[in-house]
Amino acid sequence: MAKKFKHIQTAHCENGVATSLLRYHGLDYVTEPLVFGMGSGLFYLHIPFLTISNGPAITYRTMPGAIFNRACKALGVKVQRKKFSTEEAARIYLDQKVKEGIPVGCQVGVFNLPYFPPEYRFHFNAHNLIVYGKEQGAYLVSDPVMENVTKLSEEEMLKVRFAKGPLAPKGHVYFAESIGEVTNEMLKKGIVKGIRRNTRDMLHIPGNIGGVDGIKYTAKKIRIWRDKLGVRKAGLYLGQIVRMQEEIGTGGGGFRYIYAAFLEEASNYLNNDKLLQVSEDFTKAGDLWRQSAIQMGRIYKGRLNDQKCYNECADLLDEISGIEKEAFKKLAKMKL
Amino acid sequence: MKKEELPQDKSALAGVTREVCYVKDSNGKYTTGLSTGWEVKKDALDNAWDDIHQRVEEARLAVKNGEKSPVYYFMELKLMDLIVLSGYTSFWQFTIKKHMKPEVFKSLRDSKLSKYAKAFEISIEELKNFKG
Repeated sequence: MAKKFKHIQTAHCENGVATSLLRYHGLDYVTEPLVFGMGSGLFYLHIPFLTISNGPAITYRTMPGAIFNRACKALGVKVQRKKFSTEEAARIYLDQKVKEGIPVGCQVGVFNLPYFPPEYRFHFNAHNLIVYGKEQGAYLVSDPVMENVTKLSEEEMLKVRFAKGPLAPKGHVYFAESIGEVTNEMLKKGIVKGIRRNTRDMLHIPGNIGGVDGIKYTAKKIRIWRDKLGVRKAGLYLGQIVRMQEEIGTGGGGFRYIYAAFLEEASNYLNNDKLLQVSEDFTKAGDLWRQSAIQMGRIYKGRLNDQKCYNECADLLDEISGIEKEAFKKLAKMKL
Repeated sequence: MKKEELPQDKSALAGVTREVCYVKDSNGKYTTGLSTGWEVKKDALDNAWDDIHQRVEEARLAVKNGEKSPVYYFMELKLMDLIVLSGYTSFWQFTIKKHMKPEVFKSLRDSKLSKYAKAFEISIEELKNFKG
């Protein structure tokens, strides 16, 4: 007998799919911050020489798919994933799962996603949604970033599942296969492991473009953009940073607030008040990220554009890098 | 960020959805709030679209002046780049670059044009007859 699927709105799509699917399978205490933290979701990376949509390639979170995989692994949940070489095979498989009453996560491109506002439809192929049923030929869709559930026709669904370009989904579907008993001990272990791995990623990634050093790298670049790119292009670059950082899906402050919320939850699970202090550090970091967005906004709106303003943005990023470095160092030293 | 400080500005999300943000409640505990948008990022998105419109206009002029083929214009119009267009057409990127030359484009057979037409969701005629 199929259980009733409940739509849950979250900040980020992948966290949301993970949260919804795990809760559907009975783990009703699972929250978005918990999934994000156990999946070591917080990150920073500025890839040099690569431009995306004619702007800098920057990410504030870990690679697609990793959060869901890691969180499930920690909870002993087996994940089944499948990609397809033909649209027909992808459709048949999804229909079969729907018939079996299994809610399925789907990776899709947003360019042809009809319920998204046109302004948001770029060729971005790592969006995630859940298909939880089919009615009169249309799929019932729970898109975690949407307030309400929606529908997609067969044709629309195939189109978004077979979007092309970077990270092309190739019909990618995934779902939780077997869920055993999740003990409190597993949960605690998962939280600690999530924190340790995240600390390692942010403090010790080799090179200077990732983790807390990566934030400094971006600051350095911002200082030269005005001279190197000219006012117009530099403004567009700053705009792209702000969009990556604040657009729908990040929970605000480039995922830093979600991480702070996770540490607050973690302090409850682990009965450790020190985690609350570090949570405060990430709240501070999130606030400063937003402050830097406001400063960048003044530039790309054309209100300000002398070099001093660019330096102020860069100074803020340097400060954030320092705060996050200290916060992760505290976590590294902490006995958990 | 405190819950009462969560911006509720107008944005492209209006009428579609509000977005979840993580904020602090009056007791200093984390909770979620729904936001209709934030002016700072709306400006960034608007700027990005201004840039796209400018690129499309430049592409149109390039076709009109005989510098580029319609493939270039429609690629810009559909927000694609060589990687994305290569994905949709299964042409190599350097092949597409060649097809962007007007004289090469003129000699293309319908079988090749149809791949572009499909990627751009237009007819072969529309593609062939676009003069900028």
